[in-house]
Amino acid sequence: MNSFDELRRLNAARWRIAIGLTITMMVLYFGFILLVAFRKSLLATLVSPGLSLGILLGALVIVAAWILVWVYVRWANRHYDSGVAALRGRL
Amino acid sequence: MTSSLDEPNLIAIAGFFIFIVLSLGITYLAARRTHNAEHFYAAGRSITGLQNGLALAGDYMSAASFLGIAGLVALSGFDGLIYAIGFLVGWPIVMFLIAEPLRNLGRFTFSDVVAFRLRQAPVRVAAAIGSLAVVAFYLIAQMVGAGHLIQLIFGLPYELAVIIVGTVMLAYVLFGGMLATTWVQIIKSVLLLVGAFLLAGLALAQFNFNPLALFQAASDQYGPGVLGPGGLVSDPVDALSLGMALMLGTAGLPHILMRFYTVPDARTARTSVSYATAIIGVFYLLTFILGFGAMVIVGQDQIRNVDAGGNMAALLLAETVGGPGFLGFISAVAFATILAVVAGLTLAGAAALSHDLWVHVIRDGQASDQEQLRVARVASALLGVLAIVLGIAFEEQNVAYMVGLAFAIAASANFPALLLSIFWRGFTTRGAQASMLTGTVSSLLLIYLSPTIQVDVLGNAAAVFPLRNPGIVSIPLAFVVAIVVAMVWPEPEAASGFSELERRVHLGDGEPVTDDDFRNS
Repeated sequence: MNSFDELRRLNAARWRIAIGLTITMMVLYFGFILLVAFRKSLLATLVSPGLSLGILLGALVIVAAWILVWVYVRWANRHYDSGVAALRGRL
Repeated sequence: MTSSLDEPNLIAIAGFFIFIVLSLGITYLAARRTHNAEHFYAAGRSITGLQNGLALAGDYMSAASFLGIAGLVALSGFDGLIYAIGFLVGWPIVMFLIAEPLRNLGRFTFSDVVAFRLRQAPVRVAAAIGSLAVVAFYLIAQMVGAGHLIQLIFGLPYELAVIIVGTVMLAYVLFGGMLATTWVQIIKSVLLLVGAFLLAGLALAQFNFNPLALFQAASDQYGPGVLGPGGLVSDPVDALSLGMALMLGTAGLPHILMRFYTVPDARTARTSVSYATAIIGVFYLLTFILGFGAMVIVGQDQIRNVDAGGNMAALLLAETVGGPGFLGFISAVAFATILAVVAGLTLAGAAALSHDLWVHVIRDGQASDQEQLRVARVASALLGVLAIVLGIAFEEQNVAYMVGLAFAIAASANFPALLLSIFWRGFTTRGAQASMLTGTVSSLLLIYLSPTIQVDVLGNAAAVFPLRNPGIVSIPLAFVVAIVVAMVWPEPEAASGFSELERRVHLGDGEPVTDDDFRNS
């Protein structure tokens, strides 16, 4: 496989991960917003005293954002950077 | 309980002065190292991942977040959290789609990336218009917030307060450039986190450090409705529209995007976004506590008495749980917050005026480094004056709302063109121009036609456009216009530059990119 094909493959891999994670984030966040918009009473139900489902899910969206960023950084540090390093100087 | 908020607070005044002296000292040191455009706009690319993460967080956690969201939560409970969450979820998007390609493709502004393989002048004019519109709305929000805060703490007239903020901020930018601005951001970020942690800790101490007990107390006092969605976002489509603007706007804010050029490489850009996301997430989780804490401990009536919009909730909470000394400290932190954000915005606006418009449009890329630096400083001074004028002219505007609009413009004007330029081979100069102008004009026009302007400001019975946030219309519209125009008028030269762009997205350049690369591309 020549360097250009390798670059193309690296490019495809990065966009696949990036778009997959972006869509995941959007689904989670817009899912939350749609619940806020259309299922107000559901979000107002209490999971435990003082904790409504809405507050719990809201905090979980923030935690999910952290996890997705962590997944991306882990992938990029482990796989993407070595791919870039292998191509550097050849293209 | 009576508040001492309307009397001058000596500790706050001392805090203001310590921060100003410290930050001007940094500016003096930075000025000795700011000799060329690369120093002025990008701090010589010398910032580390953690430093830039803190600075990004500093640029992002504006007074609107700290004061505005805490106030929103204090007055309307759960609904305020929608903003807090929306402001955070933009960061993963920046990380996945924008940060690394931006660092590898550009030099000082995001227009560098959009113009990479397209025709320079037309793209840069459109991008500068979008950038300046965002910067102007964001500046208004910050200047108005600063003016009210200082007026309240110092007892100074509003106009004088705005002039002081504008002048101090201008000193950072003019003399210290990006290096001074970055360090002011880092200090502010640390102060803000320490302040928010202390404040949340003191508030939670009254509830055995159990946030659920705090929420329970809020629900006992104001009814269970405060823990669930209420009337703040009454229209479902409006909720979605606001959500879209908040999520995609971050990736189009010129002052945030500019920060990625201050680090040495794409990997450090990545590291800095992960720090920023962690810090900003923690900060917004703390605003949950601050908002509900103010609601229960200070009380909604008392918060409304001081400021109908609730913007002083966090400060009142500080006074109630920590006394006037702690109020002074938190006020000084809020002041530092505003100064730092205004400096970052001014620098981004100056880069659009001098790097994009002067160097690449008027001088066709031929300007010397020293000329660029001179023009950038003149542009900063002009923007500083503009910030003061806007701050005084828009005294009565709601701070958080103006920031929401800045996000809507950023998401419509800048984000679609930026994303398509690095993602789509078939993108063209005309497509980029049309998209950026459509995004800017449609978001501004829809804001003008919205109930906020037509009903609340102008007093008409109904508004032409039913939504308060234009995002759900203007963002897709900017994408559709970009794609249709690019497909109707293809540009073979732009497509042929895409392979080089793809190489650069991953490999960067090794050599620093110069203006010659742009001139010939």
